[in-house]
Amino acid sequence: MSNFFKNYRFLLLRRVSQLSILFLYFAANAYGWKILQGNLSASLLFKTIPLADPFALLQMFSAGALLASDVLIGGAIIFAFYALFAGRAFCSWICPINIITDSANYLRKILYLEGVERKIWLGKSVRFWVLGLTLILSFITGIAAFEMVSPISMLHRGIVFGMGMGVAAVTCIFLFDLFAVKNGWCGHICPLGAFYSLSAKQSLLRVKHNQPNCTLCMQCKAVCPEKQVLDIIGKKSGDIVWGECTNCGRCIEVCQDNALAFGVRNYINKNG
Amino acid sequence: MSNLNKKKIVISDRRKFISLMAQSIGLSALGGMIWSGYLQEAKASPLILRPPGALQEFDFLRACIKCGQCVEACPYDTLHLAKPGDNKPMGTPYFIPRQKPCYMCTDIPCVPACPTGALEADKVSSLKDGQKVLDIEKAKMGLAVVDEESCVAYWGIQCDACYRACPLLDEAITLEYKRNARTGKHAYLVPKVVSDICTGCGMCERACITKKAAIFVLPTALAKGDIADHYIKGWDKNDESRLDGVSSDVTTKTKRSELAPQDYLNSDKGIFDE
Repeated sequence: MSNFFKNYRFLLLRRVSQLSILFLYFAANAYGWKILQGNLSASLLFKTIPLADPFALLQMFSAGALLASDVLIGGAIIFAFYALFAGRAFCSWICPINIITDSANYLRKILYLEGVERKIWLGKSVRFWVLGLTLILSFITGIAAFEMVSPISMLHRGIVFGMGMGVAAVTCIFLFDLFAVKNGWCGHICPLGAFYSLSAKQSLLRVKHNQPNCTLCMQCKAVCPEKQVLDIIGKKSGDIVWGECTNCGRCIEVCQDNALAFGVRNYINKNG
Repeated sequence: MSNLNKKKIVISDRRKFISLMAQSIGLSALGGMIWSGYLQEAKASPLILRPPGALQEFDFLRACIKCGQCVEACPYDTLHLAKPGDNKPMGTPYFIPRQKPCYMCTDIPCVPACPTGALEADKVSSLKDGQKVLDIEKAKMGLAVVDEESCVAYWGIQCDACYRACPLLDEAITLEYKRNARTGKHAYLVPKVVSDICTGCGMCERACITKKAAIFVLPTALAKGDIADHYIKGWDKNDESRLDGVSSDVTTKTKRSELAPQDYLNSDKGIFDE
């Protein structure tokens, strides 16, 4: 049993983080708790600290909105947290869609869909095009374009304020990831993930590789939702510096050779 | 043999790059067209009532981040966030007065809760002793309108439910007394909405006794017509003052007015022209 906790320590922590944040939002609306009010688009922590989704703000700027200072401060706080420290951790530690797509991925594995399905080619760069398109459409239509269709918002807003037909959208994402493309939504299409990938290029929290320990079992690559970031595995020691890495920690859990660990990025000694 | 003679086509990296970009742009154009079509439709939802202090609908849709903090702040659970499938701009706050009207809290908790300024305190504030204070009576959430055909007061039945439900009693809705010629001995007491004062809270719509409310709140832009600037009420001093400084001897020059009236009336020039 202790092995179970060790092998899934980050996964369990992530689920706790995702669900407890959702619960705090839910409780704010349902029971009037004042810990975390609002939702993932914008919220108020401890009745004083504003928080906001920087990508939503970017879309709103593009749409031509004049915004009040509260939300700007909130956006700056969140942006600084991820860009300087946590990287793309939003996607694996906060975003509720991650639970949906992870379970689709899990089912894929059990049902051996990989070996049977016809491959649909969808580039990993599609999301950056969607990101660009989001900003252009926000500008043209005068409304935050992704916020109007985002299944992420539909899910977290739905859990707090009522789902409506949002269930259908979330089901679509689940089916798409399950039957159509592996990691289809989070790894290929989602512009919010693309935004955090771009902002995470310089962040401090990193997965570190210790090459001499590596036995080239490739368990890490098998479990990673963004395989391309693990390009240094077995080749050289160092940080996983890709912005696409979500810091989910799955690679660290599956590594039985102590070749991977979380650490702070080494900016000073480049050889370290 | 012929294969060897064929000129070898070299696909350069540059060609590959340009083709890839062109492909992506093509796909983006198709996706963007469908997406923007949805956006344009989704935001064109005129029949929606916003919380007090909301910006004009067009600006409101830009500025609202859909966080629901106004909804949480509302002590009466009047406000909802539009769910997917509600046929309203998704995630934006609204209320349905017939179900639950705005109870016009004096501290307007929904407005300061807004982090983006989509609900603007200035729009529901007035000056008191040189200080800006929140004043819910300034709110313009919509405008109540009466369907005279289904309002029983217009049948001659005394009702005044909306009149009494109005939080701005005898200001936003007044009762107009008229003689009921049908019976010859009763009065009509018919509700009249004063559009300058009505906040659109919807208490009247909630109180209305008919099966479907005969008095109901519409977004102001929908409820009202628009008289052009050149109509002036001559009997209203304020309105009449718009004429101050306007010179009255404006002469219009047209082809006809080049000649004095008697000249062109007397001449037959142009009459028999085709």
